[in-house]
Formats: sequence, C-alpha cells, structure tokens
Amino acid sequence: MGLLDAKLDKGGAIISKVDDLFNWARLSSLWPMGFGLACCAIEMIATNCSNYDLERFGIFPRSSPRQSDVMIVAGTVTFKMADRVRRLYEQMPEPRYVLSMGSCSNCGGPYWEHGYHVVKGVDRVIPVDVYVPGCPPRPEALIGGLMKIQELIRTESIQTKKHSQPGLTPPKADFEATNEMPPQIKQQSEAKELAAAEATV
Amino acid sequence: MQPQKLTPPEIHAILSTEFGDAISALDAAEPMPSITIVDKAQWPSIAYLMREDPRLKFNYMACHSGVDYNDAAGTLGTVQNLESLGIHGHKMAIKIKCTKAENEIPSVAEVWRTADWHEREAYDLFGIVFTGHPDLRRILCPEDWEGFPLRKDYKVQEMYHGIKVPY
Repeated sequence: MGLLDAKLDKGGAIISKVDDLFNWARLSSLWPMGFGLACCAIEMIATNCSNYDLERFGIFPRSSPRQSDVMIVAGTVTFKMADRVRRLYEQMPEPRYVLSMGSCSNCGGPYWEHGYHVVKGVDRVIPVDVYVPGCPPRPEALIGGLMKIQELIRTESIQTKKHSQPGLTPPKADFEATNEMPPQIKQQSEAKELAAAEATV
Repeated sequence: MQPQKLTPPEIHAILSTEFGDAISALDAAEPMPSITIVDKAQWPSIAYLMREDPRLKFNYMACHSGVDYNDAAGTLGTVQNLESLGIHGHKMAIKIKCTKAENEIPSVAEVWRTADWHEREAYDLFGIVFTGHPDLRRILCPEDWEGFPLRKDYKVQEMYHGIKVPY
C-alpha cells in the first residue's frame, strides 16, 4: 500500500501520480471470477471464507466475467472446459489478470502423461500472469499468488500496455459441435423412418 | 409368489430352457458368476425375460462396464451386472463380446433405464456401438473428440481446437 498511510496525515490532501492512483485502486479491489474446476476450488472457497478472509484485500468473487478483473483457474482444465475458459477470458474487460492455481492448471498435474482429457497447462489456452504451485495449494499460497498480482499491478503504467500481454493470441475456436450419430445408427434410424413412412402410405 | 433367492445354476437353467444355445454355459467363478450371450441378437429378448419373469425379476442394472480384451482378434465386450433388488435378491453378470471390426451389441436401454447413459459411456470410451440405442452420443469426451480413449491401442490426437494435446 504505502500511498494512503504516508500521505493522509498532511491535512487530508493527497498528491500522487495518476499511475499510482490507478494502480492503487486496481490492486485494492481485485475481483476474481467465481468459478472452480476441481479440488483447488475447495481451497479457493476456504480462502474466500472467514478464516482467511480475502475480503480484507478487497477481493471477493463476482458472478460475471464482465465484472471481473482476475480469473483464478482453480483446478483441472479438461479439453471440454478449455473452450469455455477461453470464452470466459475473452468476456473479461481489460486490464485482466489470470492466476493459474495448482499443478493441474499449471502443467497438467498428475494427468500429464496418461490423462488424454486434460489440457497440459491452462497457458496453452489463455495467457497466465501468476502460477501458484501445489496440489492443491493451501490458502496461504493462493493469497501469496494474489499478492504477486498486486505487485505486478503496482509496477504498471497507463502509458504502456499491460505488462503481461506477451503477444500470445489464444487460438480461435474453429469448430462446430456435431451431434452426429455414428453411421451405423444413422443408417438404421433412417431405415426405420423410411419404413414408418411407407407404412403410413 | 414368494420371493426366492435363486442360485446361479438355477438362473442359468431358466434362461437356457427359454433360449437354449443363445447363451453359454455358466461360469460359476466367484465372486461374479456370469453367463456369456452367444447369440447377440437375442440379448434384448433375454433381457426382457430376465426383468419380467416372476422367478427372475432382475429389476436393477447395478453396473455396466466396457472391456478391451487386448487380443489378436481385437475383442471388445461389456460386462453387465444385474440384480433383483428388493424382490429375490439374486445377482448375475452378463457378458457380451464383439470385435473392433464388428463393434455392434444390441442396446437394452429400453429394458433398464440405467443402461442408457452406461451404454453411451461404453460407446464414448470403447467405441462399442449399441444398436437400437435412443440417443447414442459421446457422454464424457467432447463431441468432436477423435478415437476411443480406453482402448488399449489408443493414441491421443495431436491437436484439439488449436490446443496441443500431448505433454
């Protein structure tokens, strides 16, 4: 912090750089998006609750990506979920920050070799600012990661772009979900329909 | 009719008088005595009989598993654990085999509602096609996933929606 406690005793007036003011405002109200993917989410919930009390940092979960500043990827990101994570990230207003919580979302965790369904690190989908190791990380570790994000914000300037946009443009989803039946079944059901149509004639 | 818990040979005897050679001899090995369905086309009628016959009353599908036997013929199969829950209390496992080339097994989703999602799972992970299933889609993997992950010869795909899949 430093900004307020150093300067409030001078007659109530504060002289500061716009950068510092913006950064102070941003890092004092980091609103994460309220979603969890696996057991890490339990630790994240515990961190939000009264024992660890994230609200003393001005951090409390929002229910919409459009009101969020931070995405805490808490848990195993499957390929099915990866499309959704990317979509949620794209809906967040800038400046936005991503905290990857736990081994799974850092690098695939225990599923790194035989887990065909797990993305080997959420940084293959969206750019990540801070990685918190652990399986799952304790609340202290998550708080440490969030304070790291605060540190990053403290060094930002409105003149330059956000530090953490390394030009990683997430690949666009180019797919159409198919509900195609397997060919054998399709043939059968078509034959059935045909037979039914003939029967009515 | 009084509830009466039948032994595996008694269950097998009832089924073989009705269906004869369509079912195999009883494999009485504990803890899971099983019968293999030889004539797969008969399986739905056998299933109806097992559910409806007052002596059998298998009203509950407790489990339904897919198997890759990993042999030269490429044998796949299912093991379906049936139980007469709250009526007679007896149990029986039914095994049905197919191959990777001819991967069809008749569906019993109309007999036991439980079989619906279980057969979808076996289709999703082993590529066993349950003919006559009302809605045979993948249930766990994404709909456009390639391959059947629990087959022993499964190789993971290289990319999915622009994301690299292997480590």
